[in-house]
Amino acid sequence: MGELLGLPVQASAHAVEVDQLIVVVHWIMAILFVGWGAFFLYTLFRFRQSRNAKGDYVGVKSHTSSYLEIAVAVVEAVLLIGFAIPAWATRVNEFPSEGESTVVRVVAKQFEWHIQYPGPDGMFGRTTLDLITPTNAIGLDRSDPMAVDDLVTINQLNLPVDKPALVHLSTQDVIHSFGISSMRVKQDAIPGQEIPVWFIPTQTGDFEINCSQLCGLGHYRMRGFVTIQTEGEFRDWFQEEMAFQGAN
Amino acid sequence: MDNVTTVGHAHAHADHEHELPFWQRYVFSQDHKVIGIQYAITALLFLLLGFTLMMIMRWQLAYPSQPIPFIGGLFGDANAPGGIMLPEFYNQLGAMHGTIMVFLGVVPLAVGGFGNFVVPLQIGAPDMAFPRLNMASYWVYFVGGVVMLASFFAPGGAANSGWTSYVPLAVIATQGQTWWLIGMTCLITSSLLGAINFIVTMVQLRAPGLTWMRLPFFVWTQLVTAFLLLLAFPPLEAAAFLQLMDRLVGTSFFLPSGLVVSGQALEVSGGGSALLWQHLFWFLAHPEVYVLILPAMGIVAEIIANNTRKPLWGYRPMVYSVIFLGFMSFIVWAHHMFLTGMGTYISAFFQTTTMIISIPSVIILSALFISLYGGSIRFTTPMLFALGFLPMFGIGGLTGLPLAFAASDIHLHDTLYVIGHFHYVVAPGTIFALFAGIYYWFPKATGRKMNELLGKIHFWGSFIFMNGVFWPMLIQGLAGMNRRMYDGGIQYQHVQDVLQWNSVMSWSAWGLGLFQIFFIINFFRSIRNGEKTNNNPWEATTLEWQAPSPPPHGNFLSPPEVHRGPYEYSVPGAATDFTPQGQRS
Repeated sequence: MGELLGLPVQASAHAVEVDQLIVVVHWIMAILFVGWGAFFLYTLFRFRQSRNAKGDYVGVKSHTSSYLEIAVAVVEAVLLIGFAIPAWATRVNEFPSEGESTVVRVVAKQFEWHIQYPGPDGMFGRTTLDLITPTNAIGLDRSDPMAVDDLVTINQLNLPVDKPALVHLSTQDVIHSFGISSMRVKQDAIPGQEIPVWFIPTQTGDFEINCSQLCGLGHYRMRGFVTIQTEGEFRDWFQEEMAFQGAN
Repeated sequence: MDNVTTVGHAHAHADHEHELPFWQRYVFSQDHKVIGIQYAITALLFLLLGFTLMMIMRWQLAYPSQPIPFIGGLFGDANAPGGIMLPEFYNQLGAMHGTIMVFLGVVPLAVGGFGNFVVPLQIGAPDMAFPRLNMASYWVYFVGGVVMLASFFAPGGAANSGWTSYVPLAVIATQGQTWWLIGMTCLITSSLLGAINFIVTMVQLRAPGLTWMRLPFFVWTQLVTAFLLLLAFPPLEAAAFLQLMDRLVGTSFFLPSGLVVSGQALEVSGGGSALLWQHLFWFLAHPEVYVLILPAMGIVAEIIANNTRKPLWGYRPMVYSVIFLGFMSFIVWAHHMFLTGMGTYISAFFQTTTMIISIPSVIILSALFISLYGGSIRFTTPMLFALGFLPMFGIGGLTGLPLAFAASDIHLHDTLYVIGHFHYVVAPGTIFALFAGIYYWFPKATGRKMNELLGKIHFWGSFIFMNGVFWPMLIQGLAGMNRRMYDGGIQYQHVQDVLQWNSVMSWSAWGLGLFQIFFIINFFRSIRNGEKTNNNPWEATTLEWQAPSPPPHGNFLSPPEVHRGPYEYSVPGAATDFTPQGQRS
């Protein structure tokens, strides 16, 4: 069913779980639709005026539909309690510890994704409104000791494979939505809030960040790139970028 | 004695009508039927306009950045230089398509149009309880519509932040947003005036003998709808005012501190909440979904009972379900907001309420399906549209399920799956029901029938092309294609396999437009040249068919009395296969 539905690649650990729910729900939808549809077409054919000249005052006497409705309610309850609520709870409650994760800040602004890595010290350098310039879009205070080893990239999020990624998501201006379709990640960035998102990339390769909330005239091109690398490749990339950033 | 005075009263009304000058009879009329028709025609024009905006957008989606053929030059250099649509203009069209379809098209047609015209007739009332309020309701709606239309000519064009007008985007948007807020305030005020009037009318002016459980199902749906409008709209009216203050006088109800726009710190006091707007908006806009769908269900129920020649199956459960839907619709709103950073408990609450609200919808839909069983089904044009409604609304309802679970919503939220879902509910759902209603009650309003052949061509063309427009949206959405993409998403790698559907949808939309011409011709032609009918051409049971066609001012020649339930078709032992509510035994 998953292939039939045309869901994108499952490039994160929890993608399977999300897809499972989507697939199960679509099975139920299909069964209900085909069942209703068959009944519908049969009655239209069987009870057309030319074949059935007089209507039946009473109509259906059985209580099958009540049982069906109860069945629908039960199935919905099972899906809700058995799948949906626990799946959601792991997304929003069971965050990995910072120590075992790749921690990044993602700052959305019209129409770019700015990504801040804390560097080897694991601490994000201070950012402030006053320091925002065209070349320092997130206003990073380079005089802050914790900022010295920070890396800031635009529209390029590199992450090591098979290691939890913990993203602290915020926005400078309007509401954006941080979507990585292939990883079944989507979280609105709400002004005035920093919202954590986590996932475990399971495939190396190139993926996309797609802004999923209308954020103005450039919404359609607010596209970022996610590159998932092996741990070693990631470390090399980070060094290179740091060197490049230092040189500038 | 009572009868005599009422008849005398109706007679006085009839005399009075002759004295009224044209502008009081047809323009500033206080007659519910004239107001209903005013509402219906204005709303139909807005539906056509809203659809036209979408047909223009669909060019850009199918053929990104190619000049719009034929009409591309009309939009000016600010919107479409060289006929090529700019993203700013695309966003205006998108926001206004949604606003016009929902607030100026479907609701005014379903409630203002059908509610006004049909409800007093179905309950045997001479008019609405407050005719002047009714007139005011239409004209405030009209002004709201004019403001919305005028906003296209504001500097920077019309509102461009989506029909949801999420903040802070809407607060920093161009002037069109101010017009949008003022227009919305008019539309909400109009709905409130109408809602109060409907409730009082339905409670107070029912004919003798018309007990609650003898009310036609359509009247029930209008009653619940009126309560939804009355209770859900004020929060949005308040919210619109707050947003207006944020835009005009520098308040920060919706703006948190520390906003930076285009590299410049925003000069506002801050301290507000961006999410507050969403809560206020969806507190209206979810009940609004039921405002869109309940009258449609009512229309479909009337037409199914009439064209199956048997009573509705499960009338009482349907009534209880519709009341329950009304209550529940107030506590599901945040399922539109799962991805705004919602924790487990709150999301569990809203997922649960959303599952619960699906049950009465299933009951109503099942009852309508089961009502067909054992009928003697006549495939008239209104019946075709009503039957088309059932599976289409079924798809709309079912596709709501994966969106109702927060976990599966992660993937589907803000994709075209959502667009496909709610369009199945309102386009081949509600709008089919509204077409059904137009074909069904047209003879009551004009004394003439619409042409059946043209009607059937209209139905089949619309049915096929509606699916051509909306089914591919579900496919694209599952692949992860986002909504509101100016270029149809061509840049994104993960949706390359489903891009080809863009042109299928666009050609379907234009085909759909083509088939509406059959309706337009049929509508205007039938007003003068349609087949003349008697007062009850469909051999229906409810009270409106007891009045002359078209009904005079004051509606009934003698005050109706009700002796039985609304759908006494094929009663065993009866002389005909329909026993009108007003007929003495």
